[in-house]
Amino acid sequence: MAFEGLAERLQGTINKIKGKGKVTEQDVKEMMREVRFALIEADVNLKVVKSFVKKVSERAVGQDVMKSLTPGQQVIKIVKDELTELMGGEQSPIKFATKPPTVIMMVGLQGAGKTTTTGKLANVLRKKYNRKPLLVAADIYRPAAVQQLQTLGKQLSLPVFALGTDISPVEIVRQALEQAKEEHYDVVLIDTAGRLHIDEKLMQELKDIRALKEPDEVFLVVDAMTGQDAVNVAESFDEAVGITGVVLTKLDGDTRGGAALSIRSVTQKPIKFVGMGEKMDALESFHPERMASRILGMGDVMTLIEKAQATVDEEKAKELEEKFKTQTFTLDDFLEQMSQVKKLGPLDEILKMLPGANKIKGLENAKIDDKQIGHIEAIILSMTPAEKTNPEIINASRRKRIAKGSGSSVQEVNRLIKQFEDMKKMMKQMTGMTQKGKKKMKLPGLDSLFK
Amino acid sequence: MSFLKRMKEKLMGGTKLEQEELLDEVVEEEITDEQHPTEKLVEDTTEDNLTDEELEVEVQQEVVESEKKEKSKRGFSAFSITEKFKSGLTKTRQSFTSKVNDLVARYRHVDEEFFEELEDLLLQADVGIETVMELTDKLRFEVQRKNIKDTAGIQALISEKLVEIYEQGEKDITELNIQEGDLTVILFVGVNGVGKTTTIGKLAHRFKQQGKDVLLAAGDTFRAGAIDQLQVWGDRVGVEVIKQSEGSDPAAVIYDAIRAAKKRKADILICDTAGRLQNKVNLMKELEKIHRVISREIPSAPHEVLLALDATTGQNALQQAQIFKEATNVTGIVLTKLDGTAKGGIVLAIRNKLHIPVKFVGLGEQMDDLQPFDSERYVYGLFADAIDEQLAKTEDE
Repeated sequence: MAFEGLAERLQGTINKIKGKGKVTEQDVKEMMREVRFALIEADVNLKVVKSFVKKVSERAVGQDVMKSLTPGQQVIKIVKDELTELMGGEQSPIKFATKPPTVIMMVGLQGAGKTTTTGKLANVLRKKYNRKPLLVAADIYRPAAVQQLQTLGKQLSLPVFALGTDISPVEIVRQALEQAKEEHYDVVLIDTAGRLHIDEKLMQELKDIRALKEPDEVFLVVDAMTGQDAVNVAESFDEAVGITGVVLTKLDGDTRGGAALSIRSVTQKPIKFVGMGEKMDALESFHPERMASRILGMGDVMTLIEKAQATVDEEKAKELEEKFKTQTFTLDDFLEQMSQVKKLGPLDEILKMLPGANKIKGLENAKIDDKQIGHIEAIILSMTPAEKTNPEIINASRRKRIAKGSGSSVQEVNRLIKQFEDMKKMMKQMTGMTQKGKKKMKLPGLDSLFK
Repeated sequence: MSFLKRMKEKLMGGTKLEQEELLDEVVEEEITDEQHPTEKLVEDTTEDNLTDEELEVEVQQEVVESEKKEKSKRGFSAFSITEKFKSGLTKTRQSFTSKVNDLVARYRHVDEEFFEELEDLLLQADVGIETVMELTDKLRFEVQRKNIKDTAGIQALISEKLVEIYEQGEKDITELNIQEGDLTVILFVGVNGVGKTTTIGKLAHRFKQQGKDVLLAAGDTFRAGAIDQLQVWGDRVGVEVIKQSEGSDPAAVIYDAIRAAKKRKADILICDTAGRLQNKVNLMKELEKIHRVISREIPSAPHEVLLALDATTGQNALQQAQIFKEATNVTGIVLTKLDGTAKGGIVLAIRNKLHIPVKFVGLGEQMDDLQPFDSERYVYGLFADAIDEQLAKTEDE
């Protein structure tokens, strides 16, 4: 059921225009249609999609795409750049009051995750900003909301100001502000009740709380899974209480999170934090670039490519390719290839960046052990130069020696040699294929190494 | 027009007596409830008055009045539910239907442009591209077949097709699988913050009203305050909650609850679970385990697995439905928070692709704000103005 990302969507159109020497306006139009669909499936609001696609297609028709040799890539790039720009802008941290206490109000619909986020934010304030926060339980409506905040306070060993559920939220906040002043708290975090943006009575309550003391920040907490309605919600809350920033929650799910774009373009308010899990430290700052990739369903390929470009030596890569072709690939080269992959960073993180990888079930639990690379390295380094170039000469006694030298067992040495032979065989087949015109290269046999 | 008449009849209730009752309820609602726009209700009243029972009204007034009090307490007449839907969906209706009307007013002819606008409308209701395309394709075909040229008759056709896509020829898909005379186990699942616990409270209230013996199991042992929250609902409704301390094994809690329910010969056991995002493999495994524990105790259970779904959720709801279905064999959906401006159109896509029906909708925060889902009423709620207008017109002719 997982939706196609933009890249997959564009594939069809791209295949069609591949043979053509020139890309026509019609082709661009068709690609824009796919862009539109991809964004709608990511839950970006339709109006936002329309104005966005208009902007992108102007740029695309204008110049960039038609002249390009890889129009598909070009379109993706333009779309992504524009998206990033739209969501980016100033990365403002929390605005603190010149004279404490700083007042932060958390508002939003029911079930968006306000109380949890309040706890997380307090944790960030203490750890990162070294502030002394006071949590205020102003949700008197939902059963046990006060207890929830109190439990979180206990977990974090932070003070929670609560007066039960019989006193009006406005009064609770008023008293909390007084106490904060007296006891010299730096930040007052107000957890308000979830409410529908069309509930005038409850929206008035927010205005009343706001009127007590102008808050320094009003954060709208929004579920990342919100659909087309995100725009209405954000607009109404902004009109009623004037939000200063957005916290996007439940982003550790598999939603594309197009709501981020909708809210951003409607309210022009920055997204300050994203909630990435249920633990109290799972609150991260927002990265426009990553969000753009996510909305387009692209994984973080850009980062991966950048990383690869930065680490993989092109000269060496060419040399290696030559060796593939001429079948002079040795264990030395194998080691070289490995260390290049290793330079990219922890393997499971690389996997995460691959588009579609998040769709593979069970992958999130597959822990790839970087230590194994170390073991392989040790085994190969325990071989003599002759053995490395000519693995055939490795007999039983050599194996024993290598195992001893590398601190591994003979079985492990055997496995490595077998894998290397397999890899060579595969490479032979593959070079045959590339000569026929197919150019799908991947690290052969790499996955079998980690079993 | 037969479809409309049938629908109207069904929605407005069959018997005369009932209709009278409705009148009273309408008046009542008008007085007590000034927040909701009352124009619509007035219109309905007058429309009903126009029918030929006007004289009988007075005669039956007394009878009705005496029955009214009882009925309004326990009864959900067809009309009152429709009104609930309507008032719950008022906001939805205002934005959505007025747009449909705009659309019809703006386009005299049914052409490509009209369809494109219609597509946009449905997309904005979160219906999702594939289902929208399917619907508009069907409409295009119908329009061609019936040779419809102007837009006047199109609203009815639109809602007819929507209902068709939803029902897929099946009837009574909202009925719960209740084991008469034996224990029925209902398991609630869903992502975080969709309103599982609140819905359980409302559902327990509903069963209680029907005279059933209900027991709740506090299976959300993870989220802070979740057990207390269910306990508050238990106290409110007056049913017992089986619970352990926070952080204990949810499967164990539910095992205990089943034992307790069997011992007490309870009619219905509703099990709460912690909200979990569907891509958290270990948490989904935990849910599978809970499901397994229930089935081991009672082979035919859980008799219902209800997925709570927030109406504001967008396309991700489809993934939610699919993965929760794989883990626990979801039998139905409860669409919550439908009293906001969100339309929850994704349920059409879910029904269309995964064949999971919506069983209940949450239309507010009160105990009785949980209503059985009715696709015709749902669509009617979306298109109410348009349909009423049309009926009025055809009656004039």
